[in-house]
Amino acid sequence: MKVSLSWLKHYIPVEMEADRLAESLTMAGLEVENVYNRYNYLSKVVVGRIIDTVPHPNADRLLLCNVDIDKKVVPVVCGASNVQKNLLVPVALPGAQLIDGSLVEKGSIRGKLSEGMLCSEAELGLGTDKSGIMILDKKLAIGENLEKALKLSDMVFDIDLTPNRPDCLSIIGIAREISTIQKTSIKYPDFSLSDRCNKISDLTSVTIEAPDLCPRYASRLLFDITVAPSPFWLQDRLMSIGLRPVNNIVDITNFVLMETGQPLHAFDFDCLADSRIVVKVSKEGESFTTLDGCERQLNSDILMICDGEKPVAVAGIMGGVNSEINELTSRIFIESAYFNPVSIRKAAKKLGLNTEASHRFERGVNPDLTVAALNRAAKLMVEIGKGRLVEGVIDKYPKPVKKKRIILSTVETNRLLGTSLDQNKIAELLISIEFNVEINDDDQLIVIPPSFRVDIERTVDLMEEVARLSGYDNIPVTFPMIPAKTRQPAKQIDLKNRIKSLLVGFGFTESINYSFIGSRCCDQLGLSSQDQRRNLVDIINPLTEDQAAMRPSLIPGLLQTTQRNISRQIKNLKLFEIGKIFINKNSDKLPEEIEMLAVLWTGERFSPNWHTKKVDIDFYDIKGIAEGILKGLDINEAEFRSFIPDTQNHIRPGYGADIFVGNQYIGIVGEVHPQSLSSFNINQKAFILEFDLNLLIPLVSTIKHSKPIPKFPAIDRDITIIIDDRIESRKVLESVKNFNNELIENLHLLDVYEGDPIKSGKKSISFRITYRSSLKTLQDNTVTQVHKNITEILLKEFDATLPA
Amino acid sequence: MKNKTSAEKELELIEQKALNALKTASDAKSISDLSIRYLGRKGIVTQFLRNISKLPAEIKPEIGKKANKLKKNLKVKFENALSKFETKAVKKNEWIDVSLPGRITFAGSLHPITQITQQICDIFARLGFDIAEGPEIETDYYNFEALNIPKNHPARDMQDTFYIADNIVLRTHTSPIQVRIMEKQSPPVRIIAPGKVYRCDSDLTHTPMFHQAEALLVDENISFGDLKGILTTFIHQIFDELTDLRFRPSFFPFTEPSAEVDIRCVICKGKGCRVCSHTGWLEIIGAGMVHPAVFENVGYDTTRYTGLAFGMGIERIAMLKYGIDDIRKFFENDLRFLRQF
Repeated sequence: MKVSLSWLKHYIPVEMEADRLAESLTMAGLEVENVYNRYNYLSKVVVGRIIDTVPHPNADRLLLCNVDIDKKVVPVVCGASNVQKNLLVPVALPGAQLIDGSLVEKGSIRGKLSEGMLCSEAELGLGTDKSGIMILDKKLAIGENLEKALKLSDMVFDIDLTPNRPDCLSIIGIAREISTIQKTSIKYPDFSLSDRCNKISDLTSVTIEAPDLCPRYASRLLFDITVAPSPFWLQDRLMSIGLRPVNNIVDITNFVLMETGQPLHAFDFDCLADSRIVVKVSKEGESFTTLDGCERQLNSDILMICDGEKPVAVAGIMGGVNSEINELTSRIFIESAYFNPVSIRKAAKKLGLNTEASHRFERGVNPDLTVAALNRAAKLMVEIGKGRLVEGVIDKYPKPVKKKRIILSTVETNRLLGTSLDQNKIAELLISIEFNVEINDDDQLIVIPPSFRVDIERTVDLMEEVARLSGYDNIPVTFPMIPAKTRQPAKQIDLKNRIKSLLVGFGFTESINYSFIGSRCCDQLGLSSQDQRRNLVDIINPLTEDQAAMRPSLIPGLLQTTQRNISRQIKNLKLFEIGKIFINKNSDKLPEEIEMLAVLWTGERFSPNWHTKKVDIDFYDIKGIAEGILKGLDINEAEFRSFIPDTQNHIRPGYGADIFVGNQYIGIVGEVHPQSLSSFNINQKAFILEFDLNLLIPLVSTIKHSKPIPKFPAIDRDITIIIDDRIESRKVLESVKNFNNELIENLHLLDVYEGDPIKSGKKSISFRITYRSSLKTLQDNTVTQVHKNITEILLKEFDATLPA
Repeated sequence: MKNKTSAEKELELIEQKALNALKTASDAKSISDLSIRYLGRKGIVTQFLRNISKLPAEIKPEIGKKANKLKKNLKVKFENALSKFETKAVKKNEWIDVSLPGRITFAGSLHPITQITQQICDIFARLGFDIAEGPEIETDYYNFEALNIPKNHPARDMQDTFYIADNIVLRTHTSPIQVRIMEKQSPPVRIIAPGKVYRCDSDLTHTPMFHQAEALLVDENISFGDLKGILTTFIHQIFDELTDLRFRPSFFPFTEPSAEVDIRCVICKGKGCRVCSHTGWLEIIGAGMVHPAVFENVGYDTTRYTGLAFGMGIERIAMLKYGIDDIRKFFENDLRFLRQF
């Protein structure tokens, strides 16, 4: 909502500086977003003196003028007849904007250069005269900016109103707020209009078929109107808040709308079939052409203003071309109504049409203002449009809007606000904003809000007004009297933070990617057609195609981040993200949200350094991270199993594993499939790890028990066997574990070797067994015996041999 | 011909003498001399071992074993004693290049949004607020209706919503968590709820996904003054004790009275700059007293309980604290940006 100081001053004196007023309004809950001088648009218009004029060689009616704009003479082609040597005129320089929004450009007119434009009053928005160039006072300084030279100043306040304050969607509404701030009274315009008879009823009628949607509808008739441009004062008011004048009738309806907040509509009475109005809902399949020239399809519940035959306006939103005011109009039917806010909002949404009128109706206009605003417009039309008012008013009010009576307790108000206001003070505050207040008893007030405050419905609304009027800054700062406690542990959140700390310790940097992906992402990743992650959660109204669905995996986001960094020459990346993925289960229900951890590592494990050669990352690096996280969470029994083929198609075949704890699947680890990488434009290997935190976190025990530290020394024995190269080392170690000897404390893989002198297809595997007894110091020969037995079993089980 | 006893005696005697001599040895030279005397090629223990073959067969293994044990034992003792002297005898002019870089393991870093979220949660945890989370995709009921934003209410225009279905939306704020918690738990309630939120908006200061944290405190006799108290404490902790703040009336359907909380611009200290649009103030938190309609929706007794609630944009706080000028940087994940935090 824009308001100009010049317009405001018609209702209220304003002594405050503009900045101060803006701050006061903001602190009263009317946030002023911007304050500016409305004449700023004249910043590229300067005072110029015409040095000479010669006829344009190629055009009879044009003149070539040289104009002195101080320190510079510019050539301007001009067509006005009042141009003369030595006159001072406004010169719009290239880049200047005229009141109609058009831009002045440097150019050639019929072969002659023109570096500006000499302007009329009308073109500059400073008057209505467009017959010739505006002639300026000889005393003005040449070259000076017109805004300064003419001392043009009118501050405009751009206010970002909250939806609860439709009463402030008018100049009077804002003036009312200022009057409360300044404690000065407001001068309302005269809304009265007395009629000697009710002639109007003989000429027209209004029938409301949908009284719930149209509780009130009033109208007046005006005959013998002359449709013409408005007088300057009226144009100026509208221009002061950025509206463009059209003609006197349209300007008057806009003026009253802006002044009072009551939208009005003027119909050409001669276009109304049967000379009457019927207010009813539209029929499915009907279409209607609105004033903006668009033909609109209606459904079955849009409230329409109709004449005896057809719709003539979409109620509360926009009129129709079939009854539009034009220069030939002489008889006018003015409408002023109160429509049901929800009905207007639904219709505006349905039609995708937001207007100044619908904006106000859907928030709620003042139901008591219907006739007053109508009177105001009618009087102006008589005055400005030189029309004749048909005596009488039609005011159909089938569903009167009830006055609210709200009880307000002083004790409860102070309890909620933390204040100690007395009853009188509260009453005084509410009276200052035109609320009607009666004292009920020692504690209670009976409050009747004014009809324009449609937002005041219950006690708490009044308490807010009390807080607002006494000033939020004046409410004492207190601290709640609440029992001391610390926060409860929240396992999921606490463990997420623990995992983040572990990864940071391992050198990984956290990234946060958008939860959106393009629907192509599943193909880019190479997910199989059966993969449940293909059940995307689609967004109905996405901003872009790349953000059309919710991510079913964190990997695309990490790969995009990887690609972006690599393209910026950062090729060694250790990234992770913890976030939700979304799986569509059934379109009626909320999708499944799974909290995931994804880790991505690409590039070098060690950059070349004085102590280490460059080493590229491989599978065992990322697996080590998986193991490190699990160890950090005190999970010691994780198992890495080769994938079932075709379950994880974004992982290079043979280079990935499912991770299990016991029989519980918790995630995967592996090398990203080269095809997936290249579809994300990545040309270097990348390794990933994914944990499903919803599955992993329940496995983490938050209870810790200490175990005694062994008292007796351990004995280490190593063993090397040669086995088939496709036997997993895990199988060998498991076999040792299954031996189940209580002396075996630990198994540690020392070495795996393939190549000479070992035959191809075979590998040697060495590991260390730590033996320890909890009861005594072990004797060598005891261990030797056990170790021998283990060796024999392994040789047999794996068809293994000992090294030569 | 020795018998078992005399051989054992002899061994004991050798050990005793050797250990006594070791005790009196006062420098490295005398220890290595001792070592040679006992364990050298012609040493006493070596001689003894050589002579074992002459012993009767039945005592040979046992004495041999004992002699070997003695040899091992003495060897360890001499070496230990010698190492003590050797450490003391380190030369004074040894050198390494200490300026060569160490074998460092670099720590990674947490995303600035996570860091701010943790700071916020920590502050409220100290005030006894539990941390709560909720779904990012919500029903219309939790995101709007339960929060006193009915269908067809103009307040719906305050947030541009992404839709998944007619009644399913990407949550536009963290406020639905309030409702979910209050449905499950009777008062008193004290929660801080951080998380991702979504609005269809994208420019220099808006991204379609961003983060909020929402606090809720419900108890008997909670007042607007308390809201000011808690927020003042919070602002002073997250920024600093000198940060001025002001409360001004605003509107949120789920709180009443509602307030916008502004802090004195941290960039220009209130003089007016581009960041604060020359007002000297920065809007940072939306706050208010829980609207009774919200309590009615979750079945709380509005005559008994009052509550305060507020929410803040985490990116906004991070941008102000760290001097970040473009919100999109948070989600580009350029490592050179992330590693600064």
